[in-house]
Amino acid sequence: MTNDTAIEVRGFSQYFGEVRKLKALDLDVKRNEILGIIGPARSGKSTFLCALNRLNDLVRGSHHEGTIRIDGCDIYDPGVDVVALRRQLGMVFATPVPLPRSIFENVAFGARREGIRGRTRLDGIVRDSLEKGGLWEEVKDRLETSGLKLSGGQQQRLCLARILAVAPEYILLDEPTSGLDPISTMKIEESLRRLKKEYTIVLVTNNTKQAARVADRTAFFLNGELVEIGMTAKIFTAPDDTRTDDYLRGRFG
Amino acid sequence: MDGTAKKRVGNKLERNDRLVRLALLVIAFSAVSVLVVITVFIVGQGTPIMFRYGLKSFLAGTSWYPSEKLFGLWPMIVGSLFVTAGALVIGVPFGLSCAIVLTEFASKRVRGIIKPIIELLAGIPSVVYGFMGVIILVPFIRKTFGGPGLSVLAASIILGIMILPTIISISVDSLQAVPPSYREGSIALGATRWQTVKMVLFPAARSGIIASIILGMGRAVGETMATIMIAGNAAEVPHSLLAPVRTLTSNVALEMSYATGEHREALFATGVVLFVIIMVLNTIANATSAKRRKQP
Repeated sequence: MTNDTAIEVRGFSQYFGEVRKLKALDLDVKRNEILGIIGPARSGKSTFLCALNRLNDLVRGSHHEGTIRIDGCDIYDPGVDVVALRRQLGMVFATPVPLPRSIFENVAFGARREGIRGRTRLDGIVRDSLEKGGLWEEVKDRLETSGLKLSGGQQQRLCLARILAVAPEYILLDEPTSGLDPISTMKIEESLRRLKKEYTIVLVTNNTKQAARVADRTAFFLNGELVEIGMTAKIFTAPDDTRTDDYLRGRFG
Repeated sequence: MDGTAKKRVGNKLERNDRLVRLALLVIAFSAVSVLVVITVFIVGQGTPIMFRYGLKSFLAGTSWYPSEKLFGLWPMIVGSLFVTAGALVIGVPFGLSCAIVLTEFASKRVRGIIKPIIELLAGIPSVVYGFMGVIILVPFIRKTFGGPGLSVLAASIILGIMILPTIISISVDSLQAVPPSYREGSIALGATRWQTVKMVLFPAARSGIIASIILGMGRAVGETMATIMIAGNAAEVPHSLLAPVRTLTSNVALEMSYATGEHREALFATGVVLFVIIMVLNTIANATSAKRRKQP
């Protein structure tokens, strides 16, 4: 594996009980890229994200075949510290889920959990993370209000900032803008473009145009299979597989 | 259907609707009116004697000798508060840990078996708890720690066990009502199970948990039979955990059968004090939970 490969997926299948949700995936995620994943509903996009941070483990009866290597280390190896793994891969969900606490506490959550005390250090982390998430200017005067009082777009950026505070190396986004208006969507996309300098980002989206706008490379999933992966420009203009073409032209899905 | 028929049907439905609304209103008010009747009755019967002897000597007096017209309720007030506090000290940590284990760490099957059994505990008559206390706990305390055995400690332990089902089942329900997305979000952030419980689930379920403690406290303050059997009932201010104690409820239940005249009035006054204590505790608890809900 070359140095610029961050995540390496080989022959990976995910089962929930008898159901085979992901079918023998082979793909790489390169360092400091945004990989867009598109595909119709229930095609396994979110399952794939949850395989990367092992959130699928929480589902009863889940098991897998094949390997996923992150920075060369097999994440399903029995010796892996799952909690440390999840800290490395921050995840943003489709529905923003601020904790029922203040904006400050939402962002400081991860840091406090790591045992960081001291108001000045926490202040620094919170400010830094909110700036990176593109929310600082809007909330700097009301850090003590509840995170639940923010608008949907702000909540989503709060969730992004909350993850950045844990200092991950990867960001997994599961349809982060599905419930947001175009302006909020634009702000999140701006944040992502800035963030890819420091992080490797996997972006699952139902909005194919979003992938076209921000992703460096795009993967097309269908029924748990990887149909095609390639440079975004190529996928959107001259895909190799007719199914990709059909989906992008809205012929099904 | 012509116009008049439609109108008739409409009228009939409207009348039914009015009737149902009226009936529901009457039912709702009858529940409230019971509370009004109790309040008026107890206050009417109990307050005159309090003012005749003076509020201070009534509430702060330490001697309760009804035959000599000494009606000091202080020992019973202290007794009730001690026993209730003791029950909470024992019941709350146990109850909450049990609720956390059942919701977060136990499998669905284990929870399905254990939760109904715990709820069954609530159905056991209090006299049976008192009986167990007399047979097992009181002799144990007498042998291990000395004293008469019938004591604040014994009553606290038994009441602590009696309030477990209330605390556990309501806390479990409120912990389970926390949206799963909170849990997932926290775990995806790399929090461990316990950190998730402490920093996310507990704050989110706080109002339900506080409600469970209030209800448990209400049960502990109001419990009569078990405390009569194991608390010792001496009308004295207890000076240690091993001293016997009499609660307000025991005071009423023990003497009501033979009390007459002013003695009887003094027992009603005991009821007034009990009533006020419960109101105050409830208000404090409600206020704290409401305040906390406002600033999560």
